[in-house]
Amino acid sequence: MNAMHNIELPSYLEQSDAVHDRFKRLKQRPVVLEVKGLNKSFKTAQGTVTALRDINFVTHKREFVCVIGPSGCGKSTLIRILAGLETPTSGQLLLDGKAVHGPGPDRGMVFQAYTLFPWLTVKKNVMFGLERAGRGRVACEEEAMQWIELVGLSRFAKSYPHQLSGGMKQRVAIARALANQPRILLMDEPFGALDAQTRARMQSYLMEIWKNIDITVLFITHDLEEAIFLADRILVLKAHPGEVQELIEVPVPQPRSPEQLLSPEFLATKKRLEELIHPPQEGDAVNEDNLHMVRMVSVNDEVESVF
Amino acid sequence: MTQSLQWFAPRRQLSPRPRLALSIMSFVLPLLIWSLVSYVPWIWHPQVEITEPGSVAYFKPGLLVDRELFDAESAKALEAGKPQPQGTPANPVYLPAPHEVVKAFYLAFTTEPQRRNEKWLHQSLGDSIYVIFWGFVISSTIGLPLGILCGTYDVFSRLAEPFVEFFRYLPAPAFGALAVAVLGIYQAPKIAIIVIGTLFQQVLIISNTTRKLDPALLEAAQTLGAQRLSLLFRVVIPGIITDVYKDMRILLGWAWTYLIVAELIGTSSGITWFITQQARYKNFDNVFAAIMMIGIIGLSTDLVLAYLGRKIFPWQRAEARA
Repeated sequence: MNAMHNIELPSYLEQSDAVHDRFKRLKQRPVVLEVKGLNKSFKTAQGTVTALRDINFVTHKREFVCVIGPSGCGKSTLIRILAGLETPTSGQLLLDGKAVHGPGPDRGMVFQAYTLFPWLTVKKNVMFGLERAGRGRVACEEEAMQWIELVGLSRFAKSYPHQLSGGMKQRVAIARALANQPRILLMDEPFGALDAQTRARMQSYLMEIWKNIDITVLFITHDLEEAIFLADRILVLKAHPGEVQELIEVPVPQPRSPEQLLSPEFLATKKRLEELIHPPQEGDAVNEDNLHMVRMVSVNDEVESVF
Repeated sequence: MTQSLQWFAPRRQLSPRPRLALSIMSFVLPLLIWSLVSYVPWIWHPQVEITEPGSVAYFKPGLLVDRELFDAESAKALEAGKPQPQGTPANPVYLPAPHEVVKAFYLAFTTEPQRRNEKWLHQSLGDSIYVIFWGFVISSTIGLPLGILCGTYDVFSRLAEPFVEFFRYLPAPAFGALAVAVLGIYQAPKIAIIVIGTLFQQVLIISNTTRKLDPALLEAAQTLGAQRLSLLFRVVIPGIITDVYKDMRILLGWAWTYLIVAELIGTSSGITWFITQQARYKNFDNVFAAIMMIGIIGLSTDLVLAYLGRKIFPWQRAEARA
């Protein structure tokens, strides 16, 4: 943090003309998802806990929105409500202007845990949703193969999930969700279980897919850089209760590339997110970062100090 | 040294060669102990088989007497200056030697029944398999669907499981007299006992297995448009089928344990009839042979089912590894 303060960074609110123009056009696109006054509370033994309070936002067509927040901010609850896997306590959920209840193929979801059906091959996994829609078998197969090709796994169409790596499994999961041609793709920390390199590759993959497919994405993450790299706009939540803290328009120009990770706009946005998500607390430095530790190294130890 | 320590690393699979060797040992070791007890005269052998009665009036060649008695009579004869009895150390009649059992195993199939209305051994075995088969099939036609429903829908679980939980504590043989009164004395009451013994455990085991299905798979299926029955038939059932198959193999083993009791009900029949009959004649080599037959039939069915399972469910091979 200190090193960051020393570098002169522009404000994250400063947008180049191209970026500003793009956001202006983006906001004129039709609204795909609208969340109005969403509340969610749980009843526990200790009383009622408010997980989400008065969440309002809209997502435009083919927009990429990231949701970020400290742990306990209810971002997973939010996406599960959007997917219809949980019911809100109050509030409205509009997809293309129509209220939705319960889960459905119009909102595809990619989970953090691997949820491919282990008893089905890659192709059959991707065909699952298509078959549920009552399409003919041949048509399903053809279409499934197209989606598998899109994620570059044609060679593995006949493999079972256990034969795939973590990254490949998530690519199949993306293909499976996209095959239904949902109005919005919900992604709940889909790359959270992957190693750093695979994760970076998956991010680039996802950007490629998003550029080429008519899809709106709502992506949950706790990784600041991932959010900035992927998102048009970032919805920042705060915890206890989960509330919208800020909706940030990412000033990094599109299309994105990994080189932008060190650009001033990128760093400025990251600094802002750091401030929002890890706000400096009083006494923080003394009480939490420096635990009062007793020296437990032998006096005669060969290495006296690590410095 | 490190090699031998690796053998005791927790949850680490040994390489194929030692594994196979150990599997063979698991059969060879008990056989070895049995052989030692049978063939080495100074191990156990608490009795003496008379070869020469000497002066003891009630000793006859071939008679088995306890060693203490033999020693006492022998000492008495020595004191009286009469000829001493001769004999070889022997095990009691209920522990035949391995070769005797092997011989009995063969002879049991080739010996004609002693009375005309009695059955050949293979016919008795056939009766037993018939009872097991139908008992297990009937139990499964009810238990399997009910278990899956209980594991999937809370409404079925609440409606059925408390009663099943109660009923499974009732010992199946206790229903013997009732089964005979209702179903007659032949195969039907025996099948009923197998069903009673298996069904209630089956429902609970299958419903528990069903509950172990990862709920995330159901959620994923719902976001892909699966609803109601397609959730059951396209997600729940294929998702648990491999584990259910394993459960069924274990349950089939349980069905066998109820067989002996079941066959004593009404007219004694099947392998149990053969065992009790042979025990009555003190042909314990035949008894051992029959007990082993049950083991061999059970183990070989299980091996065949395990092999079939690997063929039917190609995705499960690595699941076990993962």
